Amino acid sequence: MAGFPILSVILALPVIGAVACLLTNAKGARWVALITTLVTFALCIGLWLNFEVGGPQWQFAENVPIFGRYFAWALGIDGIALMLIMLTAFLMPICIAASWEAILNRVPEYMACFLVMETLMLGVFMAQDIFLFYVLFESTLVPMYLIIGIWGGADRIYAAYKFFLYTLLGSVLMLVAMLWMVNYAHTTSIPELLVTDFPPEAQTLLFLAFLASFAVKLPMWPVHTWLPDAHVQAPTAGSVILAGVLLKLGGYGFVRFSLPMFPDASAQLHWLMLGLAMVAVVYTSLVALVQEDMKKLIAYSSVAHMAFVTAGVFSFSPQGIDGALIVMLSHGLVSGALFLIVGVVYDRMHTREIAKYGGLANNMPGYALVFMLFTMASVGLPGTSGFVGEFLALVGSYQASSWAALVLTTGIILGAAYMLLLYWQMAFGTARTSEAAAMPDLSWREWAMFAPIAAVVLWMGVYPESFLAPMRDDVAVLVERIASSAPAGDAQVTPGHPAPSAAAAHEGEGTH
Amino acid sequence: MLAHDLFIVLPEEVLALSGIVLMLVAAWAGDRAGKVATWLAVLVLVAAAFLLPGIGDAGDTAFSGMFAGDSFAAFAKVVIYAAAGASLLAAAGWFGRAGDLKVELPVLVLFAAVGMGIMVSATDLLTLYVGLELQNLALYVLAAFRRDDTRSAEAGLKYFVLSALASGLVLYGISLLYGFTGSTLFGDVAAGLADGLSTGELFGLVFLLAGLAFKISAVPFHMWAPDVYQGAPTPITAFFATAPKLAAMAMIARVLVEATGPATESWRQMIIFMALASTVLGGVAAIAQKNIKRLLAYSSINNVGFALVGLAAGTPDGVAAVLFYMTVYIVMTFGAFLIVLRMRDQDGQPIETIASLAGLARTRPWMAFGMMIFMFSLAGIPPLFGFWPKFVVFNAAVAADLTWLAAVAIATSVISAFYYIMIVKTMFFDDPAPAYAPTRDPVTAVLAVAAALFVSPLGYLAIGPLDYATTIAADTLFTTGG
Repeated sequence: MAGFPILSVILALPVIGAVACLLTNAKGARWVALITTLVTFALCIGLWLNFEVGGPQWQFAENVPIFGRYFAWALGIDGIALMLIMLTAFLMPICIAASWEAILNRVPEYMACFLVMETLMLGVFMAQDIFLFYVLFESTLVPMYLIIGIWGGADRIYAAYKFFLYTLLGSVLMLVAMLWMVNYAHTTSIPELLVTDFPPEAQTLLFLAFLASFAVKLPMWPVHTWLPDAHVQAPTAGSVILAGVLLKLGGYGFVRFSLPMFPDASAQLHWLMLGLAMVAVVYTSLVALVQEDMKKLIAYSSVAHMAFVTAGVFSFSPQGIDGALIVMLSHGLVSGALFLIVGVVYDRMHTREIAKYGGLANNMPGYALVFMLFTMASVGLPGTSGFVGEFLALVGSYQASSWAALVLTTGIILGAAYMLLLYWQMAFGTARTSEAAAMPDLSWREWAMFAPIAAVVLWMGVYPESFLAPMRDDVAVLVERIASSAPAGDAQVTPGHPAPSAAAAHEGEGTH
Repeated sequence: MLAHDLFIVLPEEVLALSGIVLMLVAAWAGDRAGKVATWLAVLVLVAAAFLLPGIGDAGDTAFSGMFAGDSFAAFAKVVIYAAAGASLLAAAGWFGRAGDLKVELPVLVLFAAVGMGIMVSATDLLTLYVGLELQNLALYVLAAFRRDDTRSAEAGLKYFVLSALASGLVLYGISLLYGFTGSTLFGDVAAGLADGLSTGELFGLVFLLAGLAFKISAVPFHMWAPDVYQGAPTPITAFFATAPKLAAMAMIARVLVEATGPATESWRQMIIFMALASTVLGGVAAIAQKNIKRLLAYSSINNVGFALVGLAAGTPDGVAAVLFYMTVYIVMTFGAFLIVLRMRDQDGQPIETIASLAGLARTRPWMAFGMMIFMFSLAGIPPLFGFWPKFVVFNAAVAADLTWLAAVAIATSVISAFYYIMIVKTMFFDDPAPAYAPTRDPVTAVLAVAAALFVSPLGYLAIGPLDYATTIAADTLFTTGG
């Protein structure tokens, strides 16, 4: 594979598909989009299979200085990026499938927007040049604005504006911080910036500027208010992409930039981050509890789950960071699936009001089954992906602050409360409206959407090693980088002394 | 020596002589020759660009240092000639349809181009004034080009009165600087200022800068722009928004660096104020606009503010960023005007309301797509190329330790993003308004596609060459003047 620009090819494919979509009719555009995303996914699987676990930190690197003296077309991935790329490429064909019958007007433009979106999101994870990262990061606003604004619900214009301006305001400050960093370090390469020691007094400001961007994107309380609006108004597939991948850009930013580039500031402000995470978990869970709109409920639950990411990342411990990354992957799958679940009944009844449904287990047993699986995954039941991530994040945050761990754990209880309440109101009892009682069960297309997600959720829950293995070395590098400034936790965890076992040596190999 | 001097100003001579010849043609042939004269004028502009000194070499000065044919002037003139030529082509298509293409149009544009060329080449305050007035006179007439249209006449009059006032300020500033430094040559003025700024010199600088700020319509000297933009015929507005903006900006850069370079600390405060006031006012005031041309006028005020951020840095990088900014801005705004030129109702009458753009994505998808590219680009949203000029000016500001300025200015760019995405919303999210009449004008169609390609992500490939050219151009100011 050496020398072959596989990453550029992966990025180019969806763009070519987007142009092709614009030149065909609705039917053609659907197939073009589906095939393009599937081929891209296949290439990404090839990427994973060829990714050398335990090999060099940055693999498949490319660097073409075609943008003058300012920045370069520099790509490369480490394990963390690889996993998020897999998530993106995996969700895209499902999004296209979810829009197959739900989107009827201006289909070519719709599919083109999604394909462009895919390129941009994959590019963000691949970028190894800080300005290339910014360009791609910021570019995601344009297609998402169009997706929400054109194909969204009744209040879509307000939601589109809010989404656009909120996230734009957040990220422009980050750009100024990046300019300062590059002027200080005289390099735009992310791997080089990762090992640059910025002066501690500047770090705080830089950290806050990056926080302005990532906190809005993630989103963290109290700048999360754009998310429920955007989620509720976006079409189903738009919500899946928002929740599944776009929110992960914030978490990825924390792991890739905030923590390793500004370790001192991260340590100084980790109380702030943990505090915001604690507030977010409890507050948004309580808000989710009283929602009457299904999508809003899931949107608020996203904010709560993302708080686990924040807490995990800023725990400064390998478990916490591992946990945060797994929560990101798991939430990408589970919340994406939950939005699809909502989409299924929305396509049939055109309402998101919980009170209009009920008793779906009677007439839609297959639906109820799938719904239950993802409800449990969202709650964090052992055996599903949700458990692995949240457990690790909690273990990590306990090392940083036992209070944080305590409060965050109540979030899991509240999470169980609102998810089970939702499931109970939707699936059990008797139907509250006659339309709800008459809805047909999942079609083969819908089964085809849910089956792969369900399989991966269970895989990640039962054998998370497959997903942890590629990221292990990168997390180790990160932890080593921040070790010297890690704040002392109040829990005083002391490692135990396990008896060495023969199996332990065997486990590390794992699959990759 | 005279031959050498005349060689340095050869492009201006060619343009001026061609203008005079075309005027004679106009007198004999009348408006029937409008189309031919326009194409001839375009050819002359192209030819003049090939005669420019300072491309590939360092260029030289002429007339005892009163006129510089250096790389800075060459870069500015190439862009000016290109913008003037493109505006002429757009005007020929727009006016010609109704048979109302007046033959004076190419003549006036040529004279304006001569004036602008002298402005960017001037290294003496009086040369500068002569160039400025030559340009202004041509522009006054152009603004009032539609004699039978009261709005056009109003625009011309308004522009004349306010611009004359500004020219008066410039002259007063020049006289003060001359009185206190003893020279009108930029280099000697700089030498006179080197021992600190006396009160008289400071006043001279303030008046000069105020008058020049009028020409780029920077806040608080911006009031004329919306009215003139709205009143003038659309292709003329497109011309106003492009070449004269760059000429005035380049002139200001040269004056500030070469003549008042030692007083950088003093003028920086004024530039910073104008920059921030322009970005904020240009953003806020545009939100309520109902007319697309007025909106683009506020957009130009807003964009000039961002360009001034680069000037505030006062470094070679900053000046290069200004040139870069203005070049890309010209393409973006000209592209937007090309779309506006195609807004006509079924009777062929031009429409200028933003409301008429509603649902354009469904009635004319490619036109809407093009407009969207220009709007997102003007807003500075990557991956469109409009992001990059903002990037370079902020980069220059940060490199000059003006990080706070970059942070504030970039935050104000969010305000302006609002009205640009409002246009996109109107075109893409709203229900369709009555469709525009189809336009058959291959020349402007080609121009619009070219502009759209330039501001699309493909434009990033131009960063290298453009950066190279602007850097060389900016460096000449600092080596000869500093």
